[in-house]
Amino acid sequence: MTLRRDDALKAAIPHVADEDIVVAVYQSCFDWLVLNPRDLNYVGVGAMGQASSHALGLALANPERRVFVFDGDGSLLMNLGSLVTIANAGVTNLYHFLFANRVYEVNGAHPIPGADRVDFAAMARAAGYVGARSFDDPDALREGLPELLKAPGPQMAVLEIVPGEAYPRDYAHVHSAAARQRFRAALNRR
Amino acid sequence: MVASPSIAPLASTVAHPAGAKIIAGIKSAGVREIIALPDIVTSDGLLWPISRDPDFRLTRICKEDEGVSICAAMSYNGTRAVLIMQQTGLMDSLNAIRAIGMDYKLPVVMMVGLQGKEPHLGPEQSAVYGVRIIRPVLDAMQLSHSLIEDPEDVDHIQEAIVAAYATSRPHVFLIGRAPEAP
Repeated sequence: MTLRRDDALKAAIPHVADEDIVVAVYQSCFDWLVLNPRDLNYVGVGAMGQASSHALGLALANPERRVFVFDGDGSLLMNLGSLVTIANAGVTNLYHFLFANRVYEVNGAHPIPGADRVDFAAMARAAGYVGARSFDDPDALREGLPELLKAPGPQMAVLEIVPGEAYPRDYAHVHSAAARQRFRAALNRR
Repeated sequence: MVASPSIAPLASTVAHPAGAKIIAGIKSAGVREIIALPDIVTSDGLLWPISRDPDFRLTRICKEDEGVSICAAMSYNGTRAVLIMQQTGLMDSLNAIRAIGMDYKLPVVMMVGLQGKEPHLGPEQSAVYGVRIIRPVLDAMQLSHSLIEDPEDVDHIQEAIVAAYATSRPHVFLIGRAPEAP
């Protein structure tokens, strides 16, 4: 079986509650914005590999909410230390979904270093995550997600994906002031 | 007539800012979150005391650009934070500050030890290249910054932090002399 990115995202949709925050990057972000548009999608991570660190800031400042981060494998390699920082911070509300396509997809699909052998789940566990699992087919993902999300964070789900249907790359929206303001308003709406 | 050369003070005679007053300034601005990597300039006077202060939550990070993102993300619900690091980490984080602080117009307050700066000299007079270039680099990026060297320099800390959050923009405090430990 192969796990398409859009199928993985669709599998996550029923588990994301209204009050949850979702931080997403690159193609996973573009696809997620179409598949599950919502005000608490945090899209402006700005710089290289920073999604996990934005997620940590949100998790620390909003302990009553769950924070999902839909990260990329190339992105995480730019910020590997964040795994240790997150584990050490003691946040139990952070769920790290790593979309591992093993390439820098939006920059020409060049392979990431160690594409054929890096074990991201092992890295997360070694860094101190409470749990980490890898998934490479949709049925296993659908079966495994409830248990993973029932456990306290930080948890990592490594999704070994192929592209699937790709939605438009709306960079203007991702970096827009309007997107940030929409998130801010939703976060502070009580 | 030849003008008398100005006489720079000796390193041993200059006064240093009090770490306790810097910490009080941070607290009075409503900051309870400190994000930090150790820096030898601010270690004894700021980071060790902060690590023992129950009023603060200290998040230790592995690399400085993590801190830029953490502080920015915290700001969305009004949570105020200060990122403590060395100027080497500041230089390493310029792209994150450019994108997240400046392009996104988010309040990221940084307190940066100028490691290697001679206490009796201004940053631009330092023999250390990595110190001399800091303010010109910040100016080129149009980043708000201020210097904390003399004891009275701590007086503007609260105001500068409040202004950074009120206007949603970054501010960099440059610590030019090691703060005295409380």
